Amino acid sequence: MRNDFRARSHPAYWAFVVHRVSGVALTLFLPLHFWALAQSLQGEARLESFLRWTDHPLVKLSEIGLVLLLAAHMAGGMRLLAIEFLPWRDWHKTLLTAAAAVTVAFGLAFALNLT
Amino acid sequence: MSATLKVRVWRGTESGSYQDFPVPRHESQTVLDVVTHIQRKLDPTLSYRYACRVGMCGSCAMTVNGKARWTCRTHVSVVADGDRVEIGPLRNLPVVKDLVADMAPFFDKWAAAKGRFKGTATRHDDFARVQPDSPKRKLVDESIECIGCGVCYSSCDVVTWKPDYLGPAALTRAWTLVNDVRDDAQRERLEAVAGDAGCHSCHTHMSCTERCPKALSPTAGIAGLKRAVLSAALKGEL
Repeated sequence: MRNDFRARSHPAYWAFVVHRVSGVALTLFLPLHFWALAQSLQGEARLESFLRWTDHPLVKLSEIGLVLLLAAHMAGGMRLLAIEFLPWRDWHKTLLTAAAAVTVAFGLAFALNLT
Repeated sequence: MSATLKVRVWRGTESGSYQDFPVPRHESQTVLDVVTHIQRKLDPTLSYRYACRVGMCGSCAMTVNGKARWTCRTHVSVVADGDRVEIGPLRNLPVVKDLVADMAPFFDKWAAAKGRFKGTATRHDDFARVQPDSPKRKLVDESIECIGCGVCYSSCDVVTWKPDYLGPAALTRAWTLVNDVRDDAQRERLEAVAGDAGCHSCHTHMSCTERCPKALSPTAGIAGLKRAVLSAALKGEL
């Protein structure tokens, strides 16, 4: 017999799901990223028209999503490294909270243009 | 709080279904009390397993409302969903009958992880002296309280996805022995846990740590094993 969602409903499992889903989503995004870079090889006008397209509000909004994915994947990875290499015991949920906070902080900093 | 619990209990083996029983509700009632009431008052053919009733033997673990628990120390008031309680056998193990899981694969993996102490001293030697405050002895302390209940193994998704995976309990036992300075099977043990079914398969879901009724952290032990394997590999010992 197998477990259902009830056995998986705890913060560390959610962190696993976020890390895995963000990793897969970023992998899927990479070809698009390389395609965008390749536009510069097709001439200035081609790149310029692509860059104008990225000014579209929906694209801007999805960029925030992209930054959130990157931040979540990075913070989740740092959390895993801490779990693997540091002598943690009772603070793994603090670590989880810190990873979530870093993710949200990066997302907000990008969304609010705080650079 | 109603006076009667609506209890669903798994009947059958791998194939079967849940059967409903009304059980009188009491104060400080444990899930094991509920199962015992059903077997003694309602249906004597119900099979389940327990021994000590005080959280020492590790034999009464079951799946309660979807989560693996030691039933003798789990109060109904903590786990009931209103007046509903669903009780099934442990997951990731074959079902013998009703609430009884076959623990053989679980303990076979303890053996596969070289979870047996192998000393060098004979009866003619003096007692080994291990300082209680030495770093390795302190690491032993962190996992030595395992009662082998199978809650972590039942909660682990990697065991479900990869049936060969040694699982949190066997790896925790291996970690305890890795830190036992008297033990003489360190290389074989690290080889046993370094393989495809060993510590590196852990996905750090931490369900074992979340559910362990003794509040141990198999995840920490598995991380320790990963470091020990890495260190031995870098030194050319593996």
